[in-house]
Amino acid sequence: METARRQWIYAWLMLSPAMALLILFTHYPAVQTIVNSFYSTPRGRRKAVWIGLDNYQTLILDDVFWKVLMNNFWYAVWTIPLSILLSLAMALWVNDKIRGRGFLRMAYFTPTVLPLIAVANIWLFFYTPGFGLIDQIRGLFGLAEQNWMGSPDTALYSMIAVAIWKEAGFFMIFYLAALQTIPPSLREAADIEGASRWYYFRRVLFPLLMPTTLFVSINAVINSFRLVDHIFVMTEGGPNNASSLLLFYIYEVAFDYWDTAYAATLTVVMIAILILLAIGQFFLFDRKVHYK
Amino acid sequence: MSYDRILNTTAAWLLALFWLLPLAYAIWTAFHPAAFETRFEPLAPLTLQNFVQAWSEAPFARYFLNTMILVTGIVAAQFTLCTLAAFAFARFEFRGKGLMFALVLMQLLIMPDILIVENYRTMSQLGLIDTIAAIGLPYVASAFGIFLLRQTFMTVPKELDDAARVEGCSYLGILWRVYIPLAKPTFLAYGLVSVSHHWNNFVWPLIVTNSVETRPLTVGLSIFAVTDSGIQWSVINAATLMTSGPLLIAFLLFQRQFVQSFMRAGIK
Repeated sequence: METARRQWIYAWLMLSPAMALLILFTHYPAVQTIVNSFYSTPRGRRKAVWIGLDNYQTLILDDVFWKVLMNNFWYAVWTIPLSILLSLAMALWVNDKIRGRGFLRMAYFTPTVLPLIAVANIWLFFYTPGFGLIDQIRGLFGLAEQNWMGSPDTALYSMIAVAIWKEAGFFMIFYLAALQTIPPSLREAADIEGASRWYYFRRVLFPLLMPTTLFVSINAVINSFRLVDHIFVMTEGGPNNASSLLLFYIYEVAFDYWDTAYAATLTVVMIAILILLAIGQFFLFDRKVHYK
Repeated sequence: MSYDRILNTTAAWLLALFWLLPLAYAIWTAFHPAAFETRFEPLAPLTLQNFVQAWSEAPFARYFLNTMILVTGIVAAQFTLCTLAAFAFARFEFRGKGLMFALVLMQLLIMPDILIVENYRTMSQLGLIDTIAAIGLPYVASAFGIFLLRQTFMTVPKELDDAARVEGCSYLGILWRVYIPLAKPTFLAYGLVSVSHHWNNFVWPLIVTNSVETRPLTVGLSIFAVTDSGIQWSVINAATLMTSGPLLIAFLLFQRQFVQSFMRAGIK
């Protein structure tokens, strides 16, 4: 009894510094965000007043919000599966006895250590109309100049390409780690049975990699909301919000227009989406994940 | 070599070259005079002038210092707080443990990165706007760190722990002499992940800082690249390389350890 009590005290002493900061910068602001979404934005001497669902009404009538939400939807729809597929391919290649394995691994992983804001500068040049590298290469084939970031049709896809390039190598590491825990005897057994590479991948590797796929896909979902750094440098959400994403819009509303209550409302939407997606993923993967 | 194998090798190499293209291009422009920005001649003269110019046109030395202070501060604080919390979760049974752990895990989903509006308000109430501490504080109690270390601590055999207890070791003594030494690879992995994450972080530092004395490299670079209206690509690329340089060089030198420790951090 005495030790249980002492353990309790020790545990809480050790836990409290981390918990205090965690609550102060995660749980408290999360709750406060919800509360503030029901209040008006305080301006000067005017204090925030309860306005019920007014902010949510503004949100529903806000064309920019819907535009940005759709952009974020397409951003997620492209970046999540493509980066996961690429990272899986990378991991399979690098895990195999392929020529130049060390070089390949380095090449895939390098974008992970580069600041997104810095590589945005380089990609900016790639995309520059006429003068940029992509158009120069297109020029060799006699193709016309294209304003990749300035045209509403391509601006978002230019951002998507950068995001995939940035995160695929990071996800590769997780697949690689998982692949290295799979005993080689499985492969040998499959070989003896005369199973093809594809069959082995589909029926043995892929199911075994399911927990990693779940982990990676949750990360990819979070990143599809979080990775907005390059937008600051490359398009600033333009042209006409064609490449703006939810977090970038929250930043604009909060720190360019200083409408903090509306920014809080937008944040509530974002948190709700994240939670729904996380729950959805657990249900989606639940039956397919084989835990060891 | 089978047909299948050749196809795979070619695809892997093409992808790798494409993946390296942005960096290769940045290196090319940064080390050549502006005239060679889009002319790729193998014998083009090399120069360091772009770096000199970037260095002199913006207070990069100060930005470097700020980033160094920020990153060391965050990692030191994370190691301390997350280790203690992880030890409590791994070693003790206490009331409310499940609830507390769930609260920690919530941060994996709702990160400080998206709570920028309210965290800004908190920082201004604490009077911390435009300080390096404000950049780091929201990230110090890291759910990822606590989770990772807890997983590692749980693998420490109970017998080792009991033996140390019998020897009269205190709980903190056990943590220091038994658990931490056994978790060294995890600390290295987590440290690397954390350093690269915070070295590269941008949005939150952009929001809470507004002076040269506090701005980290990423924010400094974004300001430099915008205000330089002449758009000298070679100078911007030199600055870009400079800011990513230390991480990049460290990564190239310790590539194997780097990837392996990232992998270790990924095992869950």
